[in-house]
Amino acid sequence: MGIEVKNINKLFGEFKALDDVSLNFPTGKLVALLGPSGCGKTTLLRIIAGLESADSGQVILEGQDASNSHVRERQVGFVFQHYALFKHMTVFENVAFGLRVKPRRERPGEAQIKEKVLNLLKLVQLDWLADRFPSQLSGGQRQRIALARALAVEPKVLLLDEPFGALDAKVRKELRRWLRRLHDEIHVTSIFVTHDQEEALEVADEVVLMNQGHVEQVGTPDEVYDRPATPFVYSFLGSVNLFHGRVEGDVVHVGPHQLEHGGSSVANGSSVVAFARPHELSISKSPDAKGVHAVIERVLKFGATARVELIGVDINDHKKQQNYEVELTRAEVAGLNVKEGEHVILVPKRLSVFEHEEEVA
Amino acid sequence: MAGGIATALGAKSIRGNQRINNATTESPWVRRLIIGTGLFYFTIFLLLPLGAVFVEAFRKGVDAYLAALVEPDAMSAIKLTLITALVSVPLNLVFGVSAAWAITKFNFPGKRFLITLIDLPFSVSPVIAGLIFVLVFGAQGWFGSWFLDNDIKIIFAVPGILLATIFVTFPFVARELIPLMEAQGKEEEEAAIVLGARGWQVFRYVTLPNILWGVIYGVVLCNARAMGEFGAVSVVSGHIRGETNSLPLHVEILYNEYNFAAAFAVASLLAVLALLTLLIKTYVEWKAAQVNAQHKED
Repeated sequence: MGIEVKNINKLFGEFKALDDVSLNFPTGKLVALLGPSGCGKTTLLRIIAGLESADSGQVILEGQDASNSHVRERQVGFVFQHYALFKHMTVFENVAFGLRVKPRRERPGEAQIKEKVLNLLKLVQLDWLADRFPSQLSGGQRQRIALARALAVEPKVLLLDEPFGALDAKVRKELRRWLRRLHDEIHVTSIFVTHDQEEALEVADEVVLMNQGHVEQVGTPDEVYDRPATPFVYSFLGSVNLFHGRVEGDVVHVGPHQLEHGGSSVANGSSVVAFARPHELSISKSPDAKGVHAVIERVLKFGATARVELIGVDINDHKKQQNYEVELTRAEVAGLNVKEGEHVILVPKRLSVFEHEEEVA
Repeated sequence: MAGGIATALGAKSIRGNQRINNATTESPWVRRLIIGTGLFYFTIFLLLPLGAVFVEAFRKGVDAYLAALVEPDAMSAIKLTLITALVSVPLNLVFGVSAAWAITKFNFPGKRFLITLIDLPFSVSPVIAGLIFVLVFGAQGWFGSWFLDNDIKIIFAVPGILLATIFVTFPFVARELIPLMEAQGKEEEEAAIVLGARGWQVFRYVTLPNILWGVIYGVVLCNARAMGEFGAVSVVSGHIRGETNSLPLHVEILYNEYNFAAAFAVASLLAVLALLTLLIKTYVEWKAAQVNAQHKED
């Protein structure tokens, strides 16, 4: 069963943090709640933990309605963005805390506590730090201790709120691979909140994309990246080129230019936004190619692939400058022999078309 | 005046340990002028009066000094002052910690108003504070006749002194803790609750250790004020010798009777108390800064 939330609503004053959110988190999976700041993902996580209460809706843990049970009784583990380690306790005491505050009947003996804590510290590979204080540890070490502390009470569910948010880029990358491996080892149903799409796609079994208090799409990292369900998901996951136009038959009219699309359900004549990722565009120099005209601004050739930045031309219905980005292999760039300032045509290899609703960033 | 000391000490340590950075320091005579001014004020307003207390206290010799302290009225004043502190400080400690806990860890309507209310004793003159209690509990006051009928004495008796002192020292602990606890946030408490800790366990094992130095600091200040309060206590006390005279009131009476040596002898007790308070306060501040610096690295 895992975790289920049903029709969760939450208002902060006038602000609608969560708008009728229903989700199912399968047992043993690592799920990412992904979205921009203010989209409600942390609020949802705190509601699942019981640190915040929903205005309406249900939280179901392991098949049991937990909406009205106290945080203490929910048996969740929570990892905070800023670690929230107890500053005045040693690492050992931090991890032991959850065991020591148990009611006398359930509390394990001192020897058992010691064994358990040391095992957990070994699991997070920090058993040599048991006698240190949190202030003596690095950020990455603190977060691992926070994780060990959360696991000490054997939670049914592990909730992580931006667990790598306060760490620098290199440590963050190491730690998320480590978290992935750890999860494969312990298989506790886990939900982690992040605003970093790379982190979500890399670590999670399943990604839940949220925006403005509602769920945009749920799917595996491949699904959400390759087949985004909404314009928001498209532009949030990775860089993207936007074309505003009108659909007619199998082409999209963008100003005086035409782009071919692979078929869409959008009605003929309606105003649309078309999306193509940088690697889904090709550059053509032949004048009769079907595509959007642009001028090459810069060619960046470091790394495994080359990036070409372009500026759209002849698109009069949009006052603001249209920027495009194309990703090519270095060989392709060499073969094309493109120069900065050159006039070329952008031809999409794949184009996703959505009905135009709102301005998408 | 503390500025004077700091300037003086600061200048000394610069000269002693560091090369003077010409880009950020003033010319020598400007420095001398500022330090001189500081020291001048420090001497006139602090050192001299403090010295005078002890000089006057011992003017008639050590025997007279001790005699003034063990004299029955003085002893009873000391006793009353100790009782006042012993009652009002623990009460304010309990109140202050619970108020700060409620205000910083929970959200409820009227929170700002409550904070303002806690500050009230700071903004009201102590004499007015005393008068409030006379008006409410005095013989002519709202509940005066009821108390008279039931033979309960509050004004011109020890309970009135306790009430006035508690009122005046009301904000010390809470005021000290609220900013501290606000800055610490509630994440550690939340972590403890998720781990299964009960309310009192959270307080005992997580909150209290984090605010311990702030609590001690508040108690020290509260105690100093409780023992030294003059205005409010003077209004409600009735100045009955051997019964409702606290140390500060006793000093006044002795002084008005031209018994200067005795007055200063008793005053020196309060001065020693003040110095002790300062010493503890400095230590606590230093200790708290250390603890804070350690936590800052988090």
